Parts: sequence; C-alpha cells; structure tokens
Amino acid sequence: MSELLNVPTMAEFMAQGKQPEVLFWVGCAGSFDDRAKKITKAFVKLLHKAKVEFAVLGTEESCTGDPAKRAGNEFLFQMQAVTNIEVLNAYEVKKIVTACPHCFNTIKNEYPGLGGNYEVMHHTQFLKALLDEGRLTIEGGQFKGKRITFHDPCYLGRANNVYEAPRDLIKKLEAELVEMKNCKRTGLCCGAGGAQMFKEPEKGNKDVNVERTEQALEVKPEIIAAGCPFCNTMMTDGVKHKEKESEVVIMDIAELIANAQDL
Amino acid sequence: MHYLPNILFAIALIIGAGYFAKHVKKLIRNIKLGHDIDVSDNKSQRWKNMAMIALGQTKMMHRPIAGMLHIIVYVGFIIINIEVLEIIIDGIFGTHRIFSAIGKPYGILIGAFEILAVLVFVSVIIFWIRRNIIKLKRFWKSEMTTWPKSDANIILYFEMVLMTLFLVMNATDAPFQDMNSGNVISQFIAPWFGSLSESTLHVIERAAWWMHILGILVFLNYLYFSKHLHILLAFPNTYYGSLKPQGQFDNLEAVTKEVRLMMDPNVDPFAAPAEGTETETPAKFGASDVQDLNWLQLLNAYTCTECGRCTSECPANQTGKKLSPRKIMMDTRDRLEEVGKNIDLNKGTFKEDGKQLLDNYITQEELWACTSCNACVEACPVSINPLSIIMDMRRYLVMEQSAAPVELNSMMTNIENNGAPWPYNQMDRLNWKNE
Repeated sequence: MSELLNVPTMAEFMAQGKQPEVLFWVGCAGSFDDRAKKITKAFVKLLHKAKVEFAVLGTEESCTGDPAKRAGNEFLFQMQAVTNIEVLNAYEVKKIVTACPHCFNTIKNEYPGLGGNYEVMHHTQFLKALLDEGRLTIEGGQFKGKRITFHDPCYLGRANNVYEAPRDLIKKLEAELVEMKNCKRTGLCCGAGGAQMFKEPEKGNKDVNVERTEQALEVKPEIIAAGCPFCNTMMTDGVKHKEKESEVVIMDIAELIANAQDL
Repeated sequence: MHYLPNILFAIALIIGAGYFAKHVKKLIRNIKLGHDIDVSDNKSQRWKNMAMIALGQTKMMHRPIAGMLHIIVYVGFIIINIEVLEIIIDGIFGTHRIFSAIGKPYGILIGAFEILAVLVFVSVIIFWIRRNIIKLKRFWKSEMTTWPKSDANIILYFEMVLMTLFLVMNATDAPFQDMNSGNVISQFIAPWFGSLSESTLHVIERAAWWMHILGILVFLNYLYFSKHLHILLAFPNTYYGSLKPQGQFDNLEAVTKEVRLMMDPNVDPFAAPAEGTETETPAKFGASDVQDLNWLQLLNAYTCTECGRCTSECPANQTGKKLSPRKIMMDTRDRLEEVGKNIDLNKGTFKEDGKQLLDNYITQEELWACTSCNACVEACPVSINPLSIIMDMRRYLVMEQSAAPVELNSMMTNIENNGAPWPYNQMDRLNWKNE
C-alpha cells in the first residue's frame, strides 16, 4: 500500500481553531505493529468513507499504561495516565474511539479517577453507531456466506460487557456467524492479557493461544474475526502453530468491513 | 425431675449458640485485619445484587445441573429451618409440636418439609457421586488436598444424617401419624417401625428429635472450620461485591499522591518537612501478606466454597500452569487463619512468624501466569474476585521488590523511555500513515 492517507492531527485541528468530531486513539500496537497497522488503516478508510471528522494525537500519543498496570507497576501506569490526560484535556477532547480494547478499557474506566473524563468507544461500537445513523453502509461483498467466528477480547467482552456490536457488524456482512463453545461471558482469553504479550508463558502443557485456536478451529470457520490487535497476533500465531494458515485467516472487524467495500 | 429435658435443652442451646457467637467474633476480627475500603455507595444496586446472586442463586444456574441440585439443597435448608424454630420452642417449654395448633396449614407446612427433605437427601447423594465416583475434574485439582476433600464430604454426610433423622422423627411420632396430615413421606416410613411397642417408638422418636437438633447445633459450630461458611457469608459478600466494570482496576491512592507531587512544578524537591509535621511511614505498595489486603478480599477468602468454577475457567490453569484462582482464595484464607491463631496466642497482637502469604503460600510463578482475563471473577457464583489479590501481589513484587520477570522489565523500561512497550521512538508514531 503506497497511497497516502489523510490523517489529521489534533495539533492541526487546533491550529485551525476547530474541534474534530472524535479523537482516534491509535494505540501502540496500531502505531507500530505491522499487522495492527493494517487494522488502523482500514479503520481510517472507514472513517473517511463515513465522512467522520477525526484526528489523531500522532507523536503526542503515548502508551495508556495498561501493560504496566497489569504487570503491577501502578507507578508507571499513573505517570503515563496523568501525562496523557494532560494532553487530552489541553485539546479539550470529549470523545475517543480506539481499535484496541486495552486502550479502550483503560481510558474509559481508569482515567476518570485521575481526572480524564471522556466518552470512549471501541471501534466496533463506533462503526455500529455510524451504521445505525445511516452514515455508513455495509455490504457483504466477498464475505457473503462465509463462515466467520468471533473471538471475544476479554477487555471488550467480560471487562466491559460489549458483546453485540462486533457481532451485529459481522451479521451485516451477510456472513454466517458461528459461535465457539466458549464465547461471550465465557470466552477464553487469547493469552496476551495482563502483560503476558510481553513475556514468555509460565511452564504448562500448552500455550493459551493454541488452546483458543483449537476451540476456534472446532467450528470450522473460514475467518476468525478479532477486535483486538493482541488477540489478532495470538490467534494468527495459533493458526500457524496448527498449520492451518492456508485455510483460515484472522481479520479485524474493521478490515472485514473495509475489504467488503474494496476500500 | 420433670424439667430435666428442658434444662438440658436450654444448656445445649446456650453452649451451641455461645460457641457460634465466639467464632463469629473471631471471624469479624480476622476480616477486619484488612485495610478499610469504601463500599457505602449505591446501596439499592447492592441490595439488588444480594437478592439476585445470593438469595436468587442466578449465577449458580450458569451450570444447570449443579445449579438445580444446589437450589434444592438451599431451599430445603432455609425452609426446613422453620421446623427448627418449632423444635427450639418445644425444647425450651416442653411442648410437643407447638405449631400444630394452627391446624390445617401445619400439615401443609410439614408435608412440604418432608418432600424437601427427600429432595435434599437425593441431591446430596448426587453431589457425593459427582465428587467421589464421577470425580469431576474441578474437585480433584492439586489444591483439593486431604482437608478440603474431607470437608466437602463431611458436609454431605451431615446433611444426609440430618434429613434422615427428620424423617424418622416424624415417622415414629405416633400422635403425628394419627393426625394423618403432613406425613406425606413419613407415612411410608412409619410401617418400618410398625412392629415396635409404643414406648420403644417413643424412645426412637425422642432420640431422633434430640439428635436432629444437637446435629444442627454441631453443624452450626462446624461452619467456622469449613467452606460451608458460605451459607452465611455469601450474603455480605454479594452485597459488598464490586459494582464497577470488571476491567476497571483500582488506582492506588498512595501512588497518585506521589505522582501528583512529581508532576507539580511548584514542589521543591529539596524542601525539608514543615516544622511539627510527623514524618509518616510511606505506604507499602501492594500486598505480600493478608494484612496488606482489604477486608473485602479477606471476606472473599472466607466466603469461598471451593467449588472450583473459577479454576476450571482459568486459561492458565486449563493449559497446565500452576495458577489456580481457587487456590489463591484458599491460601489467603489459610494464611489469615494462621495469623488469627497467632494473635490469639499472643494476647491480641500479631507476633512476626517469619511467614507471609507471598512465597510461603502463593508462589511468584502462579502470580505471573495470570492473563487478567476476569474469567475467574465472572465464574464465581458469589462475587469473589481472585484477580484483585493477584494484582495486589504483583504490585508488591514490582514496586517493592523490583521482582518482575526480565521481559516485563524491558517492556516497562520501553514505556518509560519512549511511551510504547516496544523500543520504537515516539516521534515515529504516525509513520504508519505513509507506509
């Protein structure tokens, strides 16, 4: 992909004396991880398609502190949080959307206690709202009739009770949504949460992502849909481990919708 | 001599209730060893949670077979206790079936008790089979050592015996059988004793009556030593359970204070403390022992019924790691009991015993295996939160001991230096748009 994307920053908006409709919090994975960057771009294309005036913080964005907090480093978490809140409040941000459930959970639930109060949405909720308002249309396109299973990210599902928005979007693709035996409230973790993403697992008889991938493969999907860049990585690794990468692909909901419309 | 049974009964009652009160006092003292937390908010939602989760057993039904059986035993327990009230009044005043004066409704009441008694008996047998013959995996995990296993079975035997005694008591009660109202089950048991003389029958009836009530008093005092404490503590535990989204972890206030000071440009870092201000000992970050936890976490530990739903849902445990959320709760309770005994032995103050919850009970390997996915919290039928204890202990390891796994330390260094868990420059954050 070499076409240039128009991604305005908050600083640019401010220079023009304007406020965007929503701040897109890209997150570390979305900014730096090669796989997750594709999700970021797909989401940006959808925002443009729906004519949403959005901005990013760009180089002023920093880690929310989630992995530090779950690793036990409350100090580092609060340093990050307070710094980010200062930036967000300086720009008078009211509404934030993010494609990372960890950023979503942290900003939504843990920032208010430290002085950061915003309306925070996961990108699947935001896309669902655009759809409901008629600002975005979704066509099945290449996914019509495909078997898709959705892996619930812990920090979106159990942590915040968001189960339906991603599923509603998949159904709009006219795809066949199949559920794993452990889904929604009892969805199994991909193994990345609680800062596990950044360390080797403890000794056991299996990796969590392999266990979860096996559960997904049981329902024989063509696509495993994800709503979190970390789940995406874990499930992709799991599918490779099972040598099924030629049969099953892992895609974020934003990618599914963007690809369906050949964006 | 006429009043001897009444006196004996009153003595038994006073001893039973007295010991129980003593245990409750100890329980409250131990729970109060934890830090205070504010749970005074949103009372109406809290009552609702207690009504739904503890009284209504809604979360038990997420596993329908165990849930149904449990509801039978639970309803049986509560309703049959009305009968205990009658027994106590009869015992003290030497009356016989005092409530029978209400006439027909009495028959309906006792009839319901008898049916429930049979249902409870059958359910308890099925529970026993699930544990000991089918050997459901969650009852045979490594933390289910000798005592937790026997404890579970002892409770089941107790209930079997109590239900049997209740039915035998009714079956051998000649006047009650003659009344022929409410003896829906016991009328079929009565013929088994048919060949006995009236006086023998009366002796059996009295023996069953006494053993039934004494059994209940013994059971009451067994609670403190058992996971069966949940029949009482499930109520406060669900009332005080978290109302926040599960993903929301608390922000440590002690840390907030320090972070604010660090970020405040007006603070003089070299300032001496103002005259007359006490130098307060800095708060300990996180938890290494039970006294570092809050009282709700300690109440959680006493409430745990060791059902193992948390552990069976735990991704780490499912994939063979050492972490078991149930063990976190059991260890916390066992250590708290140890600390409590220490206080009893040392006239009310805790004497350092060279042990703590961390390492002596819960290993670091267990703590680092957690993915913070909240599956255990979601699975618990009585609102216990093992994850909050794991997080508090990680906080201690990282902030007091700098004892995080090496890879996590480099992740944290990256966040500190360049605002991302990987070593990428913050200035490159927007590069993706041009790639």
